[in-house]
Amino acid sequence: MSDQYESVIGLEVHVQLKTESKIFCSCPAQFGAEPNQNTCPVCLGLPGSLPVLNERALELAMKVGLALGCRISDRIKFDRKNYFYPDLPKAYQISQYDMPVSSKGHLAIELKSDAGTLAEKRIGITRAHLEEDAGKLLHEGVRDGSWVDYNRAGIPLLEIVSEPDLRSPEEAFQYLVSLKAILQYLGVSDCNMEEGSLRCDANVSIRQKGAAPFGTKVEIKNMNSFRAVHKAIAYEIKRQSEALETGTRIVQETRLWNESKGETFTMRSKEEAHDYRYFPEPDLVPFSVSSDQIEALRKSLPELPQARFERFRKQYGISDYDAYVLVAEKALADYFEACTREGANPKLASNWIQSELLALINLKKHSIKNLPNLPPKHLAGLIRLIENGTISGKIAKDVIVEMYDTKKSAEEIVKEKGLIQVTDTKLLEEVADRVIQANPKVAAEVRSGKAQAIGFLVGQVMKETQGKANPKMINEILTKKITSQK
Amino acid sequence: MLQKINIDQIAELARLNLKPAERDKLAKDLEGILAYVSQLQELSADKVPPTSHVLPIENVFRKDFAKLSDIREAVLKHAPKCEGKFFKVPKVIEGA
Repeated sequence: MSDQYESVIGLEVHVQLKTESKIFCSCPAQFGAEPNQNTCPVCLGLPGSLPVLNERALELAMKVGLALGCRISDRIKFDRKNYFYPDLPKAYQISQYDMPVSSKGHLAIELKSDAGTLAEKRIGITRAHLEEDAGKLLHEGVRDGSWVDYNRAGIPLLEIVSEPDLRSPEEAFQYLVSLKAILQYLGVSDCNMEEGSLRCDANVSIRQKGAAPFGTKVEIKNMNSFRAVHKAIAYEIKRQSEALETGTRIVQETRLWNESKGETFTMRSKEEAHDYRYFPEPDLVPFSVSSDQIEALRKSLPELPQARFERFRKQYGISDYDAYVLVAEKALADYFEACTREGANPKLASNWIQSELLALINLKKHSIKNLPNLPPKHLAGLIRLIENGTISGKIAKDVIVEMYDTKKSAEEIVKEKGLIQVTDTKLLEEVADRVIQANPKVAAEVRSGKAQAIGFLVGQVMKETQGKANPKMINEILTKKITSQK
Repeated sequence: MLQKINIDQIAELARLNLKPAERDKLAKDLEGILAYVSQLQELSADKVPPTSHVLPIENVFRKDFAKLSDIREAVLKHAPKCEGKFFKVPKVIEGA
């Protein structure tokens, strides 16, 4: 985007709340049941049935509101949003219009500067309201029609609407990371975008930098990962900037993201303008929450990501960025803390988790949430061996793979395979002599001042000792020997 | 002071195909209802909080307890169209 424009982005996130049953009936809310198995007269909209609010759904919604610094409404009511589409059997969705569960909060996001430092930015939260999810339509492979599965109809959804405070795809991405972290810490949702328990729509417009009025806004849907949200917004900003530059009119519309083509396209819209004709849901009574209840709920909130981030920086002496990365994923931060409780050096634990361990988990497509192959105690054990010099970092990289595959502890593997680091100076000096003799040219280069050439010789010694030598010691021995041969 | 009812738009939103006679009658009825209700405009309601429900009941909850209703087969039998365990509707694809 050229420098003269700035983008204005607001996000609408729909998150399924983790309840046992649906929001207005007793059908199970779990994912993956047989089609239409979790349905009943209420969520199928059969005549004579009445919805009754799930107490837990409201409680979880209020917890999210509190964690986002929102004001919890003392009066809450539900409204009907009327539209005809077969994903809702009643021809309306029970949602909230003018009296949502909570409003006027904010979410802090951390943005990484070019220099690598983190800066906080506050994004306003307009509101968070409860509604029922819709059913699922299946088109593929269906002849002359579409199939409908109403298992999802009536799952409690919380729609979290941000202010148009985001200014770049990266800010939108970080907003989602931070929001997901809060939801996970609260334990209110699985936040699984692939299974649809977290969905995100983006409103994007661009305007002259610093200009007060907003440009025409376009809504983008159909992104199924945080990366896709990032890419779709970047694409849309570019498309709108080009339109402005060529004098093409930007139409207010809904566009869908096509992941394989990497572009957005106009969603074929129904002819009549949307008119949802909201009105108060007559089948549900209003709700009121006392300030005592709200305070009790506030006290029940767990430590949230921002507080944990501050604590990590102070308590463990790790960098802001490392603390941020660990804290953003609750399971990762839990694993890290478990390692330190087992006596691991925090800095080393942070490094090993973020590099080797995450690489292994990604490779095996496992999850940090459930890691029987490598309990924190085992990683702490490995780190102890590195710290006290028993094995080199290089050997440790092989050991961690073996630990993962065999579920054995680092001590066991090191003992079995005889991997203990060679710190025997006499032995190392012998090997160093052999290596220098075999590579006179390289030795000469080192002597003539080309210091980095020593790396090759260190590598040769490592090779001869099967990686068991202490690299720092080899370096010192080689340097001493070569320079004394002048 | 009453705006005229746009009966065609209302019918379309409600997915009703009205015959001309029905259309005229309904438009007249609705206008009559609006005129009747508009008498309220004469009163000052500035200090009256909006009422969304007429009964003085609030906070009716159910516990979060899951139970299968097991009505799928019975309901599918009565659906206009079904295939396997799915309901079937005319093809609807938004955006394709």
